[in-house]
Amino acid sequence: MTQPTLAAPERPKPLPFTPRNPGVPLALDLVRDVHVNTSAVERRAASFGKRRTVKKEWQAAWLLRVVTLMDLTTLQGDDTAQRVRRLCAKARQPVRQDLLVALGAESLRIKVAAVCVYHEFVSTAVEALAGSGIPVAAVSTAFPHGLAPMSTKLAEIQASVAAGAEEIDIVISRRHVLEGNWPALYDEIRAYREACGDAHLKTILATGELPNLREVFRASLVCMMAGADFIKTSTGKESVNATLPFGLVMARAIRQYLELTGHRVGLKPAGGIRSAKDSLDWLGLMKEELGDAWLRPELFRFGASSLLTDVERQLEHAVTGRYSANHRHPMA
Amino acid sequence: MTSIPEIFETMSWGPAPESAKPALDWLLRHDGKFGLYVNGAWWHPKGAEHFATLNPATGKKLAEITQATAIEIDVAVKAARRAQPGWWALGGHGRARHLYALARAVQRHSRLLAVVETLDNGKPIRESRDIDIPLVARHFYHHAGWAQLMDTEMPDAVPVGVVGQIIPWNFPLLMLAWKIAPALATGNTVVLKPAEFTSLTALLFAELAEEAGLPPGVLNIITGDGRTGAALVDHAGIDKIAFTGSTDVGRIIRTATAGSAKKLSLELGGKSPFLVLEGADLDSVVEGVVDAIWFNQGQVCCAGSRILVQEALAAPLIAKLRARMETLRVGDPLDKAVDIGAIIAPVQLERIQKLVKQGEEEGAKLWQPSWSVPTEGCFYPPTLFTDVAPASVIAQEEIFGPVVVLLTFRSHAEAVELANNTRYGLAASIWTDNINLALDVAPKIKAGTVWVNCTNVFDAASGFGGYRESGFGREGGREGLREYVKGAAAVRRSGAGKAPKWVDPAKKAAARAAAPQRPSASPRIDRTAKLFIGGKQARPDSGYSTPVYANDGRVVGEVGTGNRKDIRNAVEAAHKADGWARATAHSRAQVLYYLGENLSARAVEFSARIAEITGVSAKEGAAEVEASIRRLWTYAAWADKWDGHVHHTPYRNVTLAMPEPIGVIGIACPREAPLLGFVSLVAPAIALGNAVVVVPSERAPLVATDLYQVIETSDVPAGVVNIITGLRDELAQVLAAHDDVEAMWYFGSLSGSAAVERLSAGNLKRTWVNYGKGQEWMDASSEGKVILDEATQIKNIWVPYGE
Repeated sequence: MTQPTLAAPERPKPLPFTPRNPGVPLALDLVRDVHVNTSAVERRAASFGKRRTVKKEWQAAWLLRVVTLMDLTTLQGDDTAQRVRRLCAKARQPVRQDLLVALGAESLRIKVAAVCVYHEFVSTAVEALAGSGIPVAAVSTAFPHGLAPMSTKLAEIQASVAAGAEEIDIVISRRHVLEGNWPALYDEIRAYREACGDAHLKTILATGELPNLREVFRASLVCMMAGADFIKTSTGKESVNATLPFGLVMARAIRQYLELTGHRVGLKPAGGIRSAKDSLDWLGLMKEELGDAWLRPELFRFGASSLLTDVERQLEHAVTGRYSANHRHPMA
Repeated sequence: MTSIPEIFETMSWGPAPESAKPALDWLLRHDGKFGLYVNGAWWHPKGAEHFATLNPATGKKLAEITQATAIEIDVAVKAARRAQPGWWALGGHGRARHLYALARAVQRHSRLLAVVETLDNGKPIRESRDIDIPLVARHFYHHAGWAQLMDTEMPDAVPVGVVGQIIPWNFPLLMLAWKIAPALATGNTVVLKPAEFTSLTALLFAELAEEAGLPPGVLNIITGDGRTGAALVDHAGIDKIAFTGSTDVGRIIRTATAGSAKKLSLELGGKSPFLVLEGADLDSVVEGVVDAIWFNQGQVCCAGSRILVQEALAAPLIAKLRARMETLRVGDPLDKAVDIGAIIAPVQLERIQKLVKQGEEEGAKLWQPSWSVPTEGCFYPPTLFTDVAPASVIAQEEIFGPVVVLLTFRSHAEAVELANNTRYGLAASIWTDNINLALDVAPKIKAGTVWVNCTNVFDAASGFGGYRESGFGREGGREGLREYVKGAAAVRRSGAGKAPKWVDPAKKAAARAAAPQRPSASPRIDRTAKLFIGGKQARPDSGYSTPVYANDGRVVGEVGTGNRKDIRNAVEAAHKADGWARATAHSRAQVLYYLGENLSARAVEFSARIAEITGVSAKEGAAEVEASIRRLWTYAAWADKWDGHVHHTPYRNVTLAMPEPIGVIGIACPREAPLLGFVSLVAPAIALGNAVVVVPSERAPLVATDLYQVIETSDVPAGVVNIITGLRDELAQVLAAHDDVEAMWYFGSLSGSAAVERLSAGNLKRTWVNYGKGQEWMDASSEGKVILDEATQIKNIWVPYGE
């Protein structure tokens, strides 16, 4: 593993693209020296929806981009193979063809970024998505609570990778954050990363279960130091999921890590993003805080199940000028 | 047209224009030409001059505005005068209904107001829509509440009368609201002049007020340039002037109104510090800077235009700021996704360019984003200067544009010193997550508003206004109401009160000289009354003495003839006593009680002295001493009870309104009541932590010099009370002109009052003068809250919280 020097940042400059974040040794002094002012973060987070907006063609283009950033997800106790196959079909063709034609966007070959399922359905999804180029992501490590034996969790990752999952969404042990046991968290994520092999690792912080924004920042740093490819807000099962303040703090942690190491890490908000307007606010956040590279599926994803329908409705509105209805768009 | 696949690839921001049509239609309805709104009607004076108001984003003319002259102003003031008694008689609830209606009207027409504002001023629609106009509505709601509560909360208060108000172009409608709402709530009527660059929203507001049924004459809007403002200031029928604008014009107004007895409040310029201390969340600091200096194109009187950053944090902060500046968007103010709109006018743009050039010539390092601003219209890019020294012009001058300078400091003490190294004192913001540090620094900064971990946050419930040359008076909150009322007791006195009859005893002395003197059995031991400076008795610099006469013309002693150098020394001594302000209120109270105790022990001697010099009876002399002791006790009692408030501002924070001492106060005592006059002025001043330089009664200065021993034995720290005997008006004028004296109280003649007010314009010190009117010193109206208000200024400290 390479060990980049941890130097103080000069002015941000374009960095050589690193395909994956290899991680760095745990730098506890950096983890402890974190200042996050909650009120100020909330004010900035609120500004994305107020200071920025996209209209007309720009809105349509941005919404198409939103579709391509989606990890189309089903994580329910009553999931079945057939349900997952339906989801995969929607993933291949997320927006009605006539709308794409009307928008002049059929050349973009719009498809979602990934399909996200439990381990049980990885092989089903891999099969259903064959030839589409859409990767399968598996939630893992005793999602959503993460409270299974370590050996079980590592085995779960390996099994999903073996079944064809190219992305693994793990949950961190929240207790390590609550107890301030950063070495334990670091070691846990390192072990997951090793188990992943070539599969990309997304670490779910379950921000709604962390005590404050400062700890969210610290947990983000530790996960990145341990080699996370993505940091992800939530499981979708916490009472508070992906809010803009969480996203803002995580984006800033990504920026700090980039300045320190030169490695780019992705962000995945998940849970609670249901409207097209919400998703555009997120893109504004990423564009302004991290730059355009974070508007691509390599570095940004939405974990969402119901967002797509609202985006489709808005796209139809962009074509017709009429407000659309859910039932006009094929469900998953 | 840009294709969707292209945008999909570049992910650029696109245009998001707000329609100007409803605003342009409104202009058309007025045929693009506006008259004056006087006495409830639109008035196009015959033969009036007009001038164009332009859209700064395009340079194109929006409408023609009337240039009002002294003649129209006279009509407007008279209309306001006629309307005032009825408006006051309406009662608190009646006025509250009107203010409530104005708030509702603003909300109903909020978008039209926002678009007109943006067209006329050039500020981004996002700001006029989301910040200015909601604050306007909030201001009227809040003050509807004050109107409702005035009868019970301020039972002794009556309106000042007719108020002349002059507002600037940077927040046209918001400044109108800040001026009009408290004035109307407290029963005054108004003649308001908007800035000539931005008259439109004031005129639109007048239209809304008319529709809302505001009685004729209560609000009059007259338009015009500086000449119109000057004529308004000079009009004899005005009882008060409220001005927001530049410090230079504030100074002119102070000078022009000197001696006129017009009440005055000034909200002026600033060069507000933005302190970045250890433990700051630097990413949030960057957004703070955006709000501080790139809000309203930096054309904000309280803009955080001086970043002061701990040396170790400077490099990362500068890097983060430069990166953030790249993402700011400058352009069409009507675009809903634009951060920085147009500069108000070419003249202002030229001023910015000139100062920036000067900054570069002085060796400061300039940084601007890589993109360029629109060439049509008045635009300037966000600009950051680093490697700036406090001595450079751009670190001292108010630029009033999107230009911020960054300086570094080594220690917290140096940060405070740098923050206060300015003639201004409007606002400051402090960034650190360490609440101990923030709340240690906040009281040390000379500024009327201190924001902790936020900046440029405003609300109607919190008073806004300056220290030092940023002006005086507050707008908003309980403290803002003071500017528009006077005590009913003071009103009853005024006119009735006249200066006591005064016969120069020196003349009697000449007559006495001829009469034979009765020789004393044994000569008195000579007592030489010196000056009292820095806790020591000092001989006067002049080397001259002035005789003090008894009422019958007899010379009873001599006092030193103080001169300007003695005043200079006394002011320096007073500044050295700054620990007094930090002493606990309990300790200060103890000292005042002790003064009372020691004065009481020598009551007989003081009574005799007063009687001897002033010619009052022994009983009256004793009564004055007794009243003085009581008054010392009154202010000992107040010392730890002159509390501030926690304002209910609509944010998750505590807004602490803290009364702070003003600093060094010069006091010229009245001729009459040599002891009680002295105590009535000095006791409240020192009770609240000020240090004073006192010119005691010119008639009976020996009463004050006799006090030296009382002061020396009462644990009053050296320099807190300094006493300079001599010619009152001469010494008062030296104090009034002294730039390190923060307030001047004067009780003497009308001409002396005028001189004090005129000379105070130099550093815009607060003044409190009697315009030659008498004061009932024994009366309860001569003590208490009114004087405590004079002895303090309110600092609002905003402390957001939340984890």
